[in-house]
Amino acid sequence: MVNGINLALQFLDSFAFIVLAAAGLAIIFGIMGVINLAHGEFILIGAYTATLAVTQLDLPLVVAMLVGGLITGLFGVLTERVIISGAWPNYVSQRTLGRDIIEPLYDRLADSMVATFGLSLILTQGARIRFGNSINQIATPFGAISYGSFSYSTYRIVLAGVSIGLLLATYYLFTRTDFGMRARATIQDKETAQAMGVNTDRMYMLTFGIGSALAGLTGALFAPVISMQPTLGDQFLVEAFVAVVVGGPSVVLGTALSGGVLGAILATFSNLYGTFIGRIALLVAALIALRFLPEGITGFLEQVRKRRQESE
Amino acid sequence: MNRSSVSRRQFLGASGAALVGGLAGCSAGEGGTSTDTTSSAETLKIGVLEDQSGNFALVGDPKAKASMLAIEEINANGGIDGKQIETFQRDPQSDNQRYQELTRTAINEENVDALWAGYSSATREAIRPIIDRNEQLYFYTTQYEGGVCDEFTFAVGPTARQQLGIVLPYLVEEFGPDIYTIAADYNFGQLSADWVKVLANENDANVLGEEFIPLSESSFGSTINRIQEEDPDFVMSMLVGANHTSFYEQKASAGLDIPIGTSTAMAQGYEHRRLDGPAMANIYAGVNYMEEVPTESNTGDGGFVDRYFEMYPDAPYLNEEAETNYFSTYMYKKAVEQAGTTEQPEVIDALESGIELGTEEAPEAPEGETIRLDGATHHVDHHMWIMRADEEHNVEAVENRQIPETFLSETAGCNLPENPEQTQYTPVDYYEEAE
Repeated sequence: MVNGINLALQFLDSFAFIVLAAAGLAIIFGIMGVINLAHGEFILIGAYTATLAVTQLDLPLVVAMLVGGLITGLFGVLTERVIISGAWPNYVSQRTLGRDIIEPLYDRLADSMVATFGLSLILTQGARIRFGNSINQIATPFGAISYGSFSYSTYRIVLAGVSIGLLLATYYLFTRTDFGMRARATIQDKETAQAMGVNTDRMYMLTFGIGSALAGLTGALFAPVISMQPTLGDQFLVEAFVAVVVGGPSVVLGTALSGGVLGAILATFSNLYGTFIGRIALLVAALIALRFLPEGITGFLEQVRKRRQESE
Repeated sequence: MNRSSVSRRQFLGASGAALVGGLAGCSAGEGGTSTDTTSSAETLKIGVLEDQSGNFALVGDPKAKASMLAIEEINANGGIDGKQIETFQRDPQSDNQRYQELTRTAINEENVDALWAGYSSATREAIRPIIDRNEQLYFYTTQYEGGVCDEFTFAVGPTARQQLGIVLPYLVEEFGPDIYTIAADYNFGQLSADWVKVLANENDANVLGEEFIPLSESSFGSTINRIQEEDPDFVMSMLVGANHTSFYEQKASAGLDIPIGTSTAMAQGYEHRRLDGPAMANIYAGVNYMEEVPTESNTGDGGFVDRYFEMYPDAPYLNEEAETNYFSTYMYKKAVEQAGTTEQPEVIDALESGIELGTEEAPEAPEGETIRLDGATHHVDHHMWIMRADEEHNVEAVENRQIPETFLSETAGCNLPENPEQTQYTPVDYYEEAE
């Protein structure tokens, strides 16, 4: 028996989860060509920061969540300067050894994976040493809505609204602002952008920071509803990577479309056949997408658009 | 914020121990807790492999700590028959392959006299073939689905039939006969769900539906909807691990207000301490032990709880499995003293003669008056409790009684001293309704 409202709410829930899980990863991968395997741990930083800000500092929940995003963003900038671009270590080594010691990891997929995987291990185990095997959790706000014999957490619906808002804000930022134009110029042609006076180094740093802040905000938003322990980031990884692969090269549109398609599949199958089948359906959908749309949904749309232009 | 200094101290302690260990080289054996190893005849060696990192760290860490508490107490009181206990302690990181490697190391290189290892049933089944091939005395101390009839394994935690056997009839009596089961999707959860069906049949109740959830899952929206659709009188939950903990918070925030019976929540991962109320309100745990069990030897002055937190002031909680690690170490001590040797076949014979721990002679039985090991099945007749949490997450005992292990002894006819074997029996073999 399918209940229409159940299905709709679950779709919103899955959509929000996939979009929020993938947003930060998509920006960092799509724009910088860096596969951030520490993505889950950036989510962890956001979740722990928000939770501790509420339980230890008594901040209001909304403020705590923004702090979670902000701190993670700053940590992202630090990561970018030290590990990804190596700018800070190189600054020191230029003055002591007279040469660079770190080659930037931009567009070096395999190398960036190894470096960020190491970072993820350090962060997980660091959180375990510093905070123990779990930290106390905050309660979910807003209560529930009821319909018939069913009820649903209001907060999960709020999350869906927030995820759409974040998508719109990111879209606006990268398409309608000066910053977005410079960032896109940097991706398309770094040398020309530099020649036009764009500080590409700074663009990379800020983009990584924004991607990290989004990951942190995701962790902060989900902090009340998931279990607070050092490996909590792992549960976002499957959805995040699948969504990025299925979405394709266009960061915002790709994330939105794959969130929509995969969310619909996940919600429908787990509603009809249970959680286990829902998960299998998600992975099968990813397999099919990879086989027939190797460039992702937006890559496919781009091809269609080009073909139409040629035939005109 | 006093956590910070505490954790930093732990960190310094650990790194300091590592440094000292490194300086000492290979002379001091391995493991941060080894005692003097000058003469092996004066010592015996116990292997303790419990998860202190990875998915099961939360539940595994108290097990390791409680083993060390028992060992420290025994050593302080003159050891076992005058022999001090050495330990081989490692962190298998919740990784079954690592468990297999460390089990081989413990048996072949460290020559442990007895081994305590593993949280999950999947881990136990991964290392049991190695244990059996090497004829190694092995204590499995987690509450589990039951049915392991193995001449070298002492599964001393309570079984599903014992845990569900106290809580399910109580809930049928209190709330009605319609049950919905949710369980983790691996051998423990599947077999526990079978036991729910068997016990439902025995108590004139019926299982409306069941769902098995992958261990990696942490979104429970559709599960909550399905429970609401079936509208049972109560839910039986055998969810496992950190990801599944999300269920309780999510069902509370979705307004699903239904009694839940469980063999896994609260007693192991202390969700009632980690989550804000009312996430765990109206949850009934069928357990042999949790920190709040109100016995004199447990919560009394100088009792088990006091001694544990004196040794580990920063530990977050004293859980169900920790107690099992603790008393089984004392069972081993009693068996070695009775056998007069650490030779494993003799110690196993002594254990099979029926060891009993009581509060009169020693404070080793925090869960009740006495704990008796059944020699025929290598299982324990536990004193079982139903512990209920309220809206503010205060925990109270609502019922308690001794529940013997009956599946192996009566239904499957396991008698290891007479008929040595290495089998795991499952309810499907004996009950139609479990199919």
